[in-house]
Amino acid sequence: MRGRAVIAGIGHTAFGKLPGRSTISLNMEACRKAVADAGVEKDRVDALFVKVPTSRVEMMYGQKLAEAMGMTPRVGGVWDQGGASNISMISFAAMAIEAGQCEVALVTLADNPRTGTRQAYEKPWSDDAIFGWSSVVAGYAMIARRYLHDTGLSPDVFADIAMACRKHGANNPHAQLRLPLTRDMYGDSPWVVEPLRRDDCCLVSDGAAAVVVMSAERAKALNVPAPVPILGFGQGHSSCDVPLRPDLTETMAGVSGRTAFAMAGLGPEHIDVAQIYDCFTITVAMTLEAYSFCRKGELGRIAADGGFEVGGRLPLNTSGGLLSETGMPGLQLVLEGVRQMRGSSVNQVTNAKTCIVSNQGGIMHTHSTMILGQ
Amino acid sequence: MSDTASAERQGPPPSDWGPPGDAYWAALDEGRLTFQRCGACGNGWLPPRTECPRCWSPDWRWEKAEGTATVVSWVIYHTAFDKRFQERLPYNVAVVELDEGPRMVTNLVDLPDGQQDLIGRRVELVVQRDLGRALPRFRLSP
Repeated sequence: MRGRAVIAGIGHTAFGKLPGRSTISLNMEACRKAVADAGVEKDRVDALFVKVPTSRVEMMYGQKLAEAMGMTPRVGGVWDQGGASNISMISFAAMAIEAGQCEVALVTLADNPRTGTRQAYEKPWSDDAIFGWSSVVAGYAMIARRYLHDTGLSPDVFADIAMACRKHGANNPHAQLRLPLTRDMYGDSPWVVEPLRRDDCCLVSDGAAAVVVMSAERAKALNVPAPVPILGFGQGHSSCDVPLRPDLTETMAGVSGRTAFAMAGLGPEHIDVAQIYDCFTITVAMTLEAYSFCRKGELGRIAADGGFEVGGRLPLNTSGGLLSETGMPGLQLVLEGVRQMRGSSVNQVTNAKTCIVSNQGGIMHTHSTMILGQ
Repeated sequence: MSDTASAERQGPPPSDWGPPGDAYWAALDEGRLTFQRCGACGNGWLPPRTECPRCWSPDWRWEKAEGTATVVSWVIYHTAFDKRFQERLPYNVAVVELDEGPRMVTNLVDLPDGQQDLIGRRVELVVQRDLGRALPRFRLSP
């Protein structure tokens, strides 16, 4: 299936504080822009895949959105793999298209945890709440402590990741946080759950993003102006609670990455730019190792001398990622991958021909990978 | 008295794992930390649930843990996402692995002053009454 499906259009809303906007309204704005970007008529869309909004979970959200959009999709539904949902939905859309179940799919995500409720991020965890065990960030902190212990790395690696994302976000007019970060600022930022600092943690944002998926053939027939081929995709889900994982620093990200690389017929050495899910800096560190960009504990070698920045060895999160562009979970990374392949990023990597994108959900419970090309 | 009662009312939501959770907490009330052992495959686990997570068998029995364990990882909260813990900041939460195998979430108590790497340190059970329950906590072994 390598290259048989393309991302034909992308769209997004503003990111940040958007009071008074429902997730339906945000989804519709992103979808309207994505369809316009692809240059197709709305009535050509016959599949609608949507990630469940976590700020207010409701039954049958996909059908509610379809109704609001005046659609009766042939294929679709609501995905709930947290932040991994987006790439998983694009993968399923591509497979449904290949199977002849639909022709043009919209994949969309909206959420408004910033002006709505962010309860999903701060929830106590079952009986263990009685120990004070609550919040998403604490799960990542538990992993981060073990990671630093096992690898012997210093938090400098986390600072390098945050600095690259924030530097790229500062150039992005759509970014919610446009303040570049220095190593001193990172070191001075307050602990949230030690060993994670404020600047290790992603933003909380309202917003939406959407993509149009179709076959490469159809994109050609419809004269889609800038289709971006999907070369590979994969998934892997740890599906167990953080404390119960035999190795806190092992997830299914490696399986997901290897599946995507195998489908694309590529390896890490062929990747020009990466959009890596950065809900927390530790996630980026572990994902890059799981994808074999370096061996475990050798991340410092890429990080050295601005390796994650444009012009460096592995330019990372060139729109600012979740740490700077928007904390909205995941689809914006795909949009930036598409821009890099089109040559239209504000932080364009010269001659970039391949981009890997990771999506991840829960406390590294779920993982999805996609490789884009030209 | 009224403080305890109100803490119990605000206490954690019921266990996700079904009735075995009640027996687990009842044993702690009597000072015993227990875990489940599968009669079919021998797997031992926590937190309490109705089927073995390895072989799916519903055939299991309670076993008493010795109360000795090793620290897997730990964190320090500087923000109270759960407002009941606001006045305890900063407080720690740890994951420990019992010598019998199961892992659990807990708090480390009586820690000496000063930062140190606690991962891999040996710890032992201390059952403490708090928030209306007997809680299994751990302190560094001598």
